[in-house]
Amino acid sequence: MTRLVPFFGFLLLVALFGFGIWWNTQHDQHEIASPLIDKPAPAYALPVLGEAQRTVDKASMLGKPYFLNVFASWCIECVHEHPIMMTGMKQLGLPLVGFNYKDDPQAATAWLDQHGNPFDVVIADREGRTGIDFGVYAAPETFLIDAKGVIRYKRIGPITPEVLDREIRPALAALAKEGS
Amino acid sequence: MLRRALFWLLVCCLPALALAQAIQPLPFRDHAEEVRFQHLSAELRCPMCQNETLADSNAPIAHDLRRQVFEMMQAGKSDDEIKAYLVDRYSRFVLYSPPVEPSTWLLWFGPLVLLVAGGIVVAIQVRRRARQTPDAAPSAADTEDDW
Repeated sequence: MTRLVPFFGFLLLVALFGFGIWWNTQHDQHEIASPLIDKPAPAYALPVLGEAQRTVDKASMLGKPYFLNVFASWCIECVHEHPIMMTGMKQLGLPLVGFNYKDDPQAATAWLDQHGNPFDVVIADREGRTGIDFGVYAAPETFLIDAKGVIRYKRIGPITPEVLDREIRPALAALAKEGS
Repeated sequence: MLRRALFWLLVCCLPALALAQAIQPLPFRDHAEEVRFQHLSAELRCPMCQNETLADSNAPIAHDLRRQVFEMMQAGKSDDEIKAYLVDRYSRFVLYSPPVEPSTWLLWFGPLVLLVAGGIVVAIQVRRRARQTPDAAPSAADTEDDW
């Protein structure tokens, strides 16, 4: 029996190794779980892109859930994400707020003209300070903020059809369940 | 002669030194503040590049966070307050040395537990063998004579 001990030890290591491989296929190593999930969104007040005198703040967005999509004209992945913002995300029926992150206003406007504008409103964080409050570190990122202003979900990286079905729809279903 | 060579070497290196300084153009009040800043930003991890400190990283977010750390220092915040500020936003991931608390006990004490467990296994084995073969190991003097 004691002869088999090394064999079982070996099996244990194989299992550990296999688990590691499986875990890495399920998780993106570059993704940092946000500590802001289920916490109130930080207070913000940012000018609307192209209308510097108009601002949107957290209080004015309360009362209905909405998506906050961090994008920028310099962001390559945002181009890949954009088609689904124009279709799948828009069809979910929630307001889409564009969060133009550290961008030149003219470049951002041109980018939206070129690729299409799925957003109900676009706010501009030129300096990236509000971005820090939201824990943004890489565009694109997408937040789901509920009617009370609480961050319910965050996606780091582009939204794909799989992410939409696997993560965003369930998150919305959970919100709808609470509301009823 | 040697002194002269060293002097010219230094002169040649000066532009390089100036260049190294140019990466960090923050207006420090004094040297102590700069040292504190370098020390603090070397303890913080850049969330974007992940294997670089805030001090080393060239990523835009690292630049912004360095600026944020600097401004908080200027505003009189303590190192702990600055770290807490970043942890609130970017999770404990930004700390290079994780705090000792229940969720990190495995990380901090796991190696020690493994070491002690290994030591116990070795000790048991050694004792058991010593007991099983008390006569098998003759004294050194005997073996020497046999040879």
